Amino acid sequence: MKKKEEIKLACTVVQQVEEICDKHGNKPGELINVLHECQALHGYLPEPMQRIIARKLGIPASKVYGVVTFYSFFTMTPKGKHPISVCLGTACYVRGSERLLEEIKRVLNIEVGETTPDGKFSLDCLRCVGACGLAPVVMIGEHVYGRLDVKDVRKILDDMANEG
Amino acid sequence: MKILSINDLENLRKRAQQALALREESSDQASEQCCGLATGAEHLQVLCCGGTGCKASNSHKIVDNLKAACEENGIADKVDVITTGCFGFCEKGPIVKIIPDNTFYTQVKPEDAAEIVKEHIIGGRRVERLLYVDPKTQKTVSDSKHMDFYRKQMRIALRNCGLIDPENIEEYIARDGYQGIANALLNQTPEEVIEIIKASGLRGRGGAGFPTGMKWGFARGYDADEKYVVCNADEGDPGAFMDRSIMEGDPNSVIEAMTVCGYCINAHKGLIYIRAEYPLAVNRLKIAIKQAREYGLLGKRILGTDFDFDIEIRYGAGAFVCGEETALIHSMEGKRGEPTLKPPFPAEAGFNMKPTNVNNVETLANVPIILTKGADWFASIGTEKSKGTKVFALAGKINNVGLIEVPMGTTLREIIYDIGGGVKNGKEFKAVQTGGPSGGCLTAKHLDTPIDYEHLTAAGSMMGSGGMIVMDEDDCMVSVAKFYLEFTCDESCGKCTPCRIGNKRMLEILTRITEGKGTMEDLDRLKELGEIIKDTALCGLGQTSPNPVLSTINNFWDEYVEHVKQHTCRAKQCKALVTYSIEASKCKGCGACARKCPANAIMGDMRKPHIINPFECIRCGMCKSNCRFDAISVY
Amino acid sequence: MEEKNMITLTIDKHEVNVPAGTMLLDAAKTVGISIPTLCHIDLEGTCVQNMPASCRICVVEIEGRRNLAPACATRVTPGMVVHTNSARVIRARKTVAELMLSDHPNDCLTCPKCSDCELQRLVMRFNIRQMPYNGGEQSERKQELTPAISRNMEKCVYCRRCESVCNNVQSVGVLSAIRRGFNTTIAPTFDKMFTDTNCTYCGQCVAVCPTGALTEHDYTNQLMDDLTNPDKVVVAQPAPAVRVALGEEFGMKPGTIVTGKMATALRDLGFDYVFDTDFGADLTIMEEGTEILGRLNKFLAGDKDVKLPVMTSCCPAWVNFYEHEFPDLLEYPSTAKSPAQMFGAVAKTYWAEKMGIPREKLVVVSIMPCLAKKYECGRDEFKVDGNPDVDYSISTRELGRLIKRANIDFANLPDGDFDSPLGESTGAGAIFANTGGVMEAALRTVYEVHTGKTLPHLEFNEVRGLEGIREATIDLNGFELKVCIAHTLSNARKVMELLRAGKLNYHVVEVMACPGGCIGGAGQPYHHGNIEILKARAAAVYREDEGKALRKSHENPDIQKLYKDFLGEPCGEKAHHLLHTHYFDKSIH
Ligand SMILES: Cc1cc2nc3c(=O)[nH]c(=O)nc-3n(C[C@H](O)[C@H](O)[C@H](O)COP(=O)(O)O)c2cc1C
Ligand code: SF4
Ligand code: SF4
Ligand code: SF4
Ligand code: SF4
Ligand code: SF4
Ligand code: SF4
Ligand code: SF4
Ligand code: SF4
Ligand code: FES
Ligand code: FES
Ligand code: FES
Repeated sequence: MKKKEEIKLACTVVQQVEEICDKHGNKPGELINVLHECQALHGYLPEPMQRIIARKLGIPASKVYGVVTFYSFFTMTPKGKHPISVCLGTACYVRGSERLLEEIKRVLNIEVGETTPDGKFSLDCLRCVGACGLAPVVMIGEHVYGRLDVKDVRKILDDMANEG
Repeated sequence: MKILSINDLENLRKRAQQALALREESSDQASEQCCGLATGAEHLQVLCCGGTGCKASNSHKIVDNLKAACEENGIADKVDVITTGCFGFCEKGPIVKIIPDNTFYTQVKPEDAAEIVKEHIIGGRRVERLLYVDPKTQKTVSDSKHMDFYRKQMRIALRNCGLIDPENIEEYIARDGYQGIANALLNQTPEEVIEIIKASGLRGRGGAGFPTGMKWGFARGYDADEKYVVCNADEGDPGAFMDRSIMEGDPNSVIEAMTVCGYCINAHKGLIYIRAEYPLAVNRLKIAIKQAREYGLLGKRILGTDFDFDIEIRYGAGAFVCGEETALIHSMEGKRGEPTLKPPFPAEAGFNMKPTNVNNVETLANVPIILTKGADWFASIGTEKSKGTKVFALAGKINNVGLIEVPMGTTLREIIYDIGGGVKNGKEFKAVQTGGPSGGCLTAKHLDTPIDYEHLTAAGSMMGSGGMIVMDEDDCMVSVAKFYLEFTCDESCGKCTPCRIGNKRMLEILTRITEGKGTMEDLDRLKELGEIIKDTALCGLGQTSPNPVLSTINNFWDEYVEHVKQHTCRAKQCKALVTYSIEASKCKGCGACARKCPANAIMGDMRKPHIINPFECIRCGMCKSNCRFDAISVY
Repeated sequence: MEEKNMITLTIDKHEVNVPAGTMLLDAAKTVGISIPTLCHIDLEGTCVQNMPASCRICVVEIEGRRNLAPACATRVTPGMVVHTNSARVIRARKTVAELMLSDHPNDCLTCPKCSDCELQRLVMRFNIRQMPYNGGEQSERKQELTPAISRNMEKCVYCRRCESVCNNVQSVGVLSAIRRGFNTTIAPTFDKMFTDTNCTYCGQCVAVCPTGALTEHDYTNQLMDDLTNPDKVVVAQPAPAVRVALGEEFGMKPGTIVTGKMATALRDLGFDYVFDTDFGADLTIMEEGTEILGRLNKFLAGDKDVKLPVMTSCCPAWVNFYEHEFPDLLEYPSTAKSPAQMFGAVAKTYWAEKMGIPREKLVVVSIMPCLAKKYECGRDEFKVDGNPDVDYSISTRELGRLIKRANIDFANLPDGDFDSPLGESTGAGAIFANTGGVMEAALRTVYEVHTGKTLPHLEFNEVRGLEGIREATIDLNGFELKVCIAHTLSNARKVMELLRAGKLNYHVVEVMACPGGCIGGAGQPYHHGNIEILKARAAAVYREDEGKALRKSHENPDIQKLYKDFLGEPCGEKAHHLLHTHYFDKSIH
């Protein structure tokens, strides 16, 4: 039989999520804006948070989940401390970004979309940062690493891991 | 301050123009001499590129350092340091330009700021080492207009990028900004404005090339209590950044054009749908919208007329298909970004089922200048059916990566060799990809194709939104086709069968081919399946997704056959088909490769030639990139 | 006038003249061209509709157009020249179907949908003899067996009919498309199991699914075991809606009444007793009618706390719906159990005692148009020491399969009768199958009991029909009884929201979850989108009523005897204990 699911979010987060929904007038059409803000707030969009949003905006939770899983920007798993995004735009691709990606996967031993067990790194791809002149490009956090060579990857990651 | 009449606007323009006069005239002064405070200049302006590319190379720090250096030298009141949008020549970024003598410094580092101030701005002496060197003559060129990169360009949509401060609406006004909307509101009927746009021959720059004036006419034709003007700033083509640069460098032109469109179709609300990955553009748009409201150029009773119009920003969330207009509309409504069948077109039932006009950023950026310079002027540029210019993001294996704008009808050769400076590292040109995932790869035989909608389609590619990627002999065309198909498979919304499953099956066949497991029947199947997907898919994504495969099969048939029959990849890109080996004669036995090999596939004693065990090798290429003696080769 | 809105076009050399706005698919039908479809469904007159134009099975060639067009969603335009069977079209359609098969298990032989599957029919129609795209990766899909529904998403062709129905028709919103691209699928909330969601088990998703992705939980093997077990006494109770639809499973015209043949077939199958849920329906009217009158009288006496309207409670999907979504309004629905459960409770007490059959030997099987009833059987409230009042429920379709399996030539069966005493019923019980039927049956009894007069006219035409929400005012000797009938849960939601807002001014409300009521239940033979089938069944239900000697529940002699011998008063203590239930707050936050 169905039990009430316990909401495992901290009260403050629940309140903040509700405030975000209120700010957008609790309109179903604002779902994507609301999700953006909630993800910015919390880093990711766990199930209880989606349920709150669904309730506030008056849409089925299944639809919120349908939207969250449609857009690659939304995530239901927490990102690492250093989120890595490898540019797989065409300009970067032809200048070898796929190799960079493989090397990063190898060094961190994770697949795209995953986070390292220690929570330090998470790996994603994106399509064109707009710095094609610097191709191939990898973004780690806010920093753009341009004209990156495979052989430099390990050192950059090691340095970051060591600094914490 | 609110602008309440055309007089207010005119006064403001005159005032603001003084600040810009220096920049505009300077382009003609052909100042051979270098200006500095010491050599008589009274006031200088330093333009520093604040585009995403240059920012990635710390151009904002250059600005900080320049300002600090001016402070230190007590000349802050004589020098304006201005952050602009992209200059276009991103390859050589960060760019710093000194006005009035037009000196164009390239690849500037934050550390160079002090020297620029001391030497150039104060001393009137150019910093030679930061000047652009013409690769042909090996001479330095100080003024950008004498560079090959700029000579064949014609900047209309990009007219203000790299020239004005995008965060200062007055600089836009100084460049005749908001004259178009003022004139339209005060002196023209919506029908007249639509006629001008029609007569200009402007066509949609978002890909399909639909005549903009006609589109506005349709949207005007539907009556409704609410209507919307939507700016499509999703720009999902991987490797394209035209729209982003326009929004970063000249956001007001988009705002003005949307307002004009609103006036023409009788809409009072504009929406800009922009990718969340474009924080800088979002920020510049927000600033511009805020300023426009303050100046009374957005909001209620614009320019003292009874026309109201305001703009809101909506965010994408990482879905290429949301560039398709019906998907974009659903996304703005808070739904999954799935396209729906057209008709009904957005002009009839768009956002919230109300009549909606969707235009691309670059399309819109052309509108204000058409209104100020006239339809005839615009129609005189370009080819018979494609008028005006087109902006391209030129990238890939080319010397001058950057953002370029050329008149329609310019040939691929002119772009690649004259503007782009030819293929990087002296390699052989192999192909140029246009139209992104919807487009195709053109070869050397297409180099003299004049670029316009019709010619590119006839050649088997597409205009698309303007990504242009150059490839050289090291690029495997099967892999490139596979790259695009991977992209469409990732980005397919999954709604319709042919695109959801068909593209996946095509990708599997292509993957087989790149692994040397393809058959000749596979090639036939690719063609047949590709044609059927194009014929049956629901939206533009699926209707064009086989193009990269079909065009490479057409243009590079031999390469496909090689993969299938000889199991070789001439570009050495298909991992399964290459072998890494060490040339004993070149190997110094340094052991660097062995230390880096993740598969422990390299054996050998120190200072003796090493060898690679082909059964262990996972073909990662680490050894090759770590060998300082170029001893490792790939077959 | 008419002429102006007519459009002339050419389809396969036929000149076609249709009203503007007509879809090509329908235009082609007018000249006898039947274009294959898959994702499209349109039960005109109900809100069951799905037109995503996404399967691309129905593509046709239109001269002057670059690509093919979906006939289901392309409107006719003047002078259009359409080819529905050119080589290009045929090749494209076949390839699209082949692509579907390439992401499909293709195990028709053991598939519950075999021979009734729309995909399978297309494959036969397109003469697909090879699977050119086989061997590819399969998309990620889940499977699940709930008490009511069997879900095997590997067989999903992503037509999204289920999603449309669950959201637009039922407003339950459990199903949604998730992910994108090749791995897109339809899934319950958070890709969980149905059992962890708000699913009401109405089964309407099953009713429209063209493939074997969504089907019923099949209990026929268990039933076979019980029927052949000499230690068990197996009792059948078929629902009112079954007898007007079962014939379809044997190729009979929709709307054929097969009550007598059904009784014979059940006996031939080996049921020890063949009773009738219609009896339970009459009983329901006695209880629910009394409850209605009780609350009305209190209301008329000025009681401010009385909960009005009384809402019917015989549809278990509807019960699930308000338990999930309206826990604050649980005092409104009648506490009367569904007819099938009332029947079970009586069979396992009154009748079992009378017959001297121990409870654990007695197997009560309901045969229902309904999948929610399968779930209902498992509710703890309906069990005594773990033994359910109704052991399990099979659908009309399952009964059809059993009959075929048992070598019974259904069409040529002689008519049989139900056993006594739980087989006697009135026309009032029979009309439960239609939306508005419970209300009409209740009105026949409530009117006569309240006014003490004989109804001059038994038919309450004002409560019949397919309109989503209908209302009527019945004159009960000067008191204006306001009633409302809603079918489908989205209409029920509208009613409940008005109630929550304090804006609902009715005395009695009937709700049925399925479009058209139980005749459109998810256990019925598949309608495959043909509304005429539902209409024919609905008409048959009223014919069945007209053919009955007795047409008011309170006149059923066996019911009267049951109260006299066993239950006492309607809504009395014993009746309350056996025939009434209570509801739970099952909301998920
Ligand atoms: C898959 C797909 C992606 C698209 N992406 C974009 C885009 O990123 N930006 C854009 O302006 N138009 C895009 N379009 C084209 C738009 O649907 C639409 O035609 C365009 O925004 C209309 O504006 P225009 O007439 O000014 O070109 C895309 C179309 C398709 C089918
Ligand atoms: S073609 Fe692809 S992206 Fe377009 S609707 Fe079909 S599945 Fe979606
Ligand atoms: S290519 Fe990679 S795996 Fe192979 S030998 Fe070189 S380093 Fe080792
Ligand atoms: S790195 Fe080059 S030189 Fe050194 S051992 Fe390897 S192949 Fe030889
Ligand atoms: S769903 Fe249809 S096609 Fe698929 S296995 Fe079942 S019967 Fe065959
Ligand atoms: S149809 Fe074919 S596969 Fe199916 S049972 Fe008959 S022979 Fe076997
Ligand atoms: S059974 Fe009814 S409520 Fe449950 S998923 Fe299907 S349509 Fe929705
Ligand atoms: S489960 Fe059935 S109805 Fe639902 S999308 Fe899949 S095939 Fe269609
Ligand atoms: S309307 Fe009838 S068939 Fe449908 S769920 Fe309710 S009781 Fe079952
Ligand atoms: S393609 Fe990587 S930055 Fe543009
Ligand atoms: S971003 Fe600076 S020149 Fe393009
Ligand atoms: S039936 Fe027309 S597209 Fe599916």
